[in-house]
Formats: sequence, C-alpha cells, structure tokens
Amino acid sequence: MKEKILSLLCENSRLCNEEIAAILETTRGEVDKAIAELEADGIIRAYTCIIDKERISDDGVLALIELKVAPKAGRGFEEVAERISSYPEVESCSLLSGVCDLLVTVRGRSFKEVSSFVAGELAMIEGVSSTATQFVMKKYKELGVSLMGDEDDGRGRVSL
Amino acid sequence: MMDYTSLISKTAREIKPSGIRRFFDIANTMEGVISLGVGEPDFRTPWQIRSAGIRSLEASATRYTANSGLLKLREEISRYTQRKLGLKYDPTDEVLVTVGGSEAIDMTVRAVIDPGDEVIIPEPSFVCYDPITRLAGGVPKIVSTREEDGFKLTPSALKAAISERTKLLVLPYPSNPTGAVMTREELYEIGEVLRDTNILVLSDEIYSELTFGRPHTSPAEIESLYERTIIINGFSKAFSMTGWRLGYALGPKPIIKAITKLHQFAIMCAPTTSQHAAIEALRSCDDKVREMVEEYDARRKLIVRGFCELGLNCTEPMGAFYAFPSIKSTGLSSEEFCERLLYSQKVALVPGSAFGAAGEGYVRASYCYSLMHIKEALRRIGVFLEELRS
Ligand SMILES: Cc1ncc(COP(=O)(O)O)c(C=O)c1O
Repeated sequence: MKEKILSLLCENSRLCNEEIAAILETTRGEVDKAIAELEADGIIRAYTCIIDKERISDDGVLALIELKVAPKAGRGFEEVAERISSYPEVESCSLLSGVCDLLVTVRGRSFKEVSSFVAGELAMIEGVSSTATQFVMKKYKELGVSLMGDEDDGRGRVSL
Repeated sequence: MMDYTSLISKTAREIKPSGIRRFFDIANTMEGVISLGVGEPDFRTPWQIRSAGIRSLEASATRYTANSGLLKLREEISRYTQRKLGLKYDPTDEVLVTVGGSEAIDMTVRAVIDPGDEVIIPEPSFVCYDPITRLAGGVPKIVSTREEDGFKLTPSALKAAISERTKLLVLPYPSNPTGAVMTREELYEIGEVLRDTNILVLSDEIYSELTFGRPHTSPAEIESLYERTIIINGFSKAFSMTGWRLGYALGPKPIIKAITKLHQFAIMCAPTTSQHAAIEALRSCDDKVREMVEEYDARRKLIVRGFCELGLNCTEPMGAFYAFPSIKSTGLSSEEFCERLLYSQKVALVPGSAFGAAGEGYVRASYCYSLMHIKEALRRIGVFLEELRS
C-alpha cells in the first residue's frame, strides 16, 4: 500500500488522505498511519509542486555544473557532496558515474550571480579540482510533467 | 435555385439530430472550460504502436489490403480473442476488420435488417444504434434500463420487448454512458430468453478492456448465445487509438460473409497504416493496457467518491470510463443542469438525456482526465450545487 500511496502523491501531492483512501479502497486511518510512517522514516522528504518558471516574472537562471572531485581517503565524495548540498543556492546534487563526479544544479537570479557562486564558492571547495558550468536555456519537462504548450490535447470539450 | 431540402432523403431527414447539439456548441466555444465531457482516452497511443505505423509508411505499405483486413491482423485478433474470451474465431472467414467499431455496427445492422425488422436497443446507451437501425429501414425498439437494475437489461424487460419482427438485440456493455457491465449469470439469463429464437445479438464490446475488479465477459461465452452473437470490438478505447479508426466484427461465418460483402462495396478496406499499427498493439501492449486501466481505476474511485460526497448519488461504474451520477435531487432536467453548470462554473458534462429518454435525471462524467483535473472539476461542481441550494 505504501508504494501505491507514494505513486499517487508523486502524481498529485494535493490528494487528501480521504481521497487516497477511496482510491486504494482502504480507510482514512490506514492512510494516515502509512503516511505518518513514510514521513517518520524519512522516505517522504517534502511536499512540493512543479512550476513552469518561465511563466513567472522572476524566473532566474538555472545551471548544471559538472564537478571533478578528488575523493578523500575513507570518506570518498561524501564530505564534498555534503558541503555542496548545504548551500541554499544548490537545487540538487548527485554523484555520477563517468567522466565527472558530481552534478550540481544551481539556481540564481542572474548569470552573474550563478557565475560568481561557482567561481567564488564551489570551485574553492577543497577537493574540487574542476568545474564545467552549463546554463539551462529551456526546460521542456520536469519530474515527468511536460512544460510545453497548453493543456489542449485536441479532444475538444464534449463528445458522445 | 436548388431546393436542397427536398433533395435530402426522407430517411436522412427523419433521423433526429442529436438533441443536445446546441449545448455542445456552447461548450465547445466557451473560454476557460474544464471538461469531463469527452468519450475518448487522454492517453497517447503507446509509442510501440505509433512506430509500427511509421515503419509501415517507411516501407511504403500504403496500398489497399484484403477487403476483410490484413490476414496477419485477423490472426492476431483471433489469438487475442482466444486469449481474452477463450473463444475461437477463424481468421479466414469469421473476422472482419472495419473502420472503427462504428462501421462494424453499421454494416452488421445493414447486413441483417430488412425494412420493418425490429432491433431491441437498451437505453441509456451510445447514440448510434437507433439512427443506424433507421438507415437500414429497421424499427428501433427502445428498452429503458433503470438505475435500480444497475442499468442492465433484465430478462423480463427483454421478454416484453420481443415480437414476431425482432431480428436483433443490441447488448451495449460495458456501457457508455452508465459504466454498467453484465455478469456471466446475467448474460446466461438473457441467453435463456433467446434460446430457441432466431434472434441475433450485436454485442458492442468496445470497452471490453476497461472493466474493474473482474475481467470482461462476452455474451458469446454463453453457450446459448455463441451461435447468435456478433462481437463488435476495436482499438479506440483499449489502446487509445480513436483517430486511427480501426475496429472489427467477429461472428458466425454466414453473417460475417454478408457483412464483408457490404464492407467491400462501401469501404474497400480499413486504413492500411492503422492495420499495421494494430498488429503491434495486439502483440506487445498488454502491459501498457494494464497500466492505463490501473490509472482509470484510480480516477474512477476518486470521481465516484467525489459525486457521493457532493450528494449526487452515483452507482459504481464497473466498466468503460464514465460515471453516471443522478442529479434528480436538484429538481433540474439533465440538460438544464449541464447548461447552468457550464455557465456558472464552466464545467462541461454531458446530459444523460443525450443517451436516450432513460438517461434523463443523470449526467455523464468522463474520467479520461488527470486526478488533478477531476478534483478541480468536482470542486467547481460543489460550488455550483451550493449556489443552487441558496
Ligand atoms: C459504446 C460505443 N461503441 C462504439 C463506439 C465507436 O468507437 P469506434 O471509435 O471504434 O468507432 C463508441 C465511441 O464512443 C462507443 O462509446
């Protein structure tokens, strides 16, 4: 049941527990309990929403930064990754296989702000040996949701 | 000057236009409408199917096929039917590929109906059976089904509708608009009424993949009905392929032969690209269909709960993708309800009366929409109901 709850919440985190219970044919109490456990176990980390940033005025800029990192004996990439993740400017931070080690996404108000964050903060972190910054020009899809066009799917409003 | 009115055939003139044309026109032109109004899937055709269509175009498979459809496709249909219903239909002469279930229904009725023959049609149901019967010179015998019976055809209602002239019974289950399905036991009872008669059954099983809780049962699975049943099915709803226009008919050889003869003259063959794509659908899309059905099921439960919470009583639909709540408590007719809801909250539903007089007092809400969309529509319907009360 927990798996199904997670998949429903990923689709629409505004479903209330009663609605989830109706969909899963169980009781509100069971859903309350399962979600409380998912939260307590740190499986559900936050409830958020997907925004098409282009449609709001202060959309800022997003950059993908590939970092090469010299792993530390005993702690590997953890220490650097933790340090990077602690910056509020950092939206996500992942360890990659392949040529670069960490992929960091950074959001800022302007190119300049992001550039100086990369040069002044990220590049300076001990263990970071190189950075390669790529600015995102357009987002087409986010977390499985298309950001393209509008809802009209060609079906019209009513048909028999 | 041409007098066009007098040029339109009497039959065409006498076929009533859909009574809610006006409502449809308003709904389709108003800005900012959130709709639960359409009768087709929101899912895209699975990519395997689309690429099979594209591959066939790249290979220049753009000629007519055999009149009854590509043999490979007929073989796949036959295998699929065996897998789903446990029934054997010979791909060479018991399967006909058509332009949607729609053509299969039309050709079947034309192939068997003489002027004056009666066709029993349970309502509320999909809108094509009555005009198609009239086009063939037949006489529609409407049987009203009731919510108390789950909108299913009862043996006694059937018995009462049968006359000397009855030639065909339409069984439109799983039902658009009510979501009703007939169980094996209920179909058995229908079979007992028809036993020893010479009445055919046209079973419109276009929603056969979309049943919830238990797999679809075809009337053809009932021993007394097998020999008299023409199964109509297609790709529109199961595989989200409405625009590909592909369906089929299965049935006794002599009937399929007659239908094929008409189809050959009227249509030649179903669209070739679609036929190639459909082969892929039957071969490799069981998982995709299952995923879509699971998603429909979640939406179904959300919408049924939503209507019940709003005090609009809604029998649980067990098939298709529609809920059919009663709006009798509001004192409005179903068309009034839909029109006022549209103007007040910009939500589009379809009045139950569009599906026959027996649909009066109900509205059809399609759940071919995301959970978020359904929630918002329900919220607005709630606001509208509050308005009505105050
Ligand atoms: C009950 C029923 N039968 C047949 C059809 C026609 O489907 P097709 O696209 O296969 O012609 C529809 C379409 O809405 C339907 O609801």
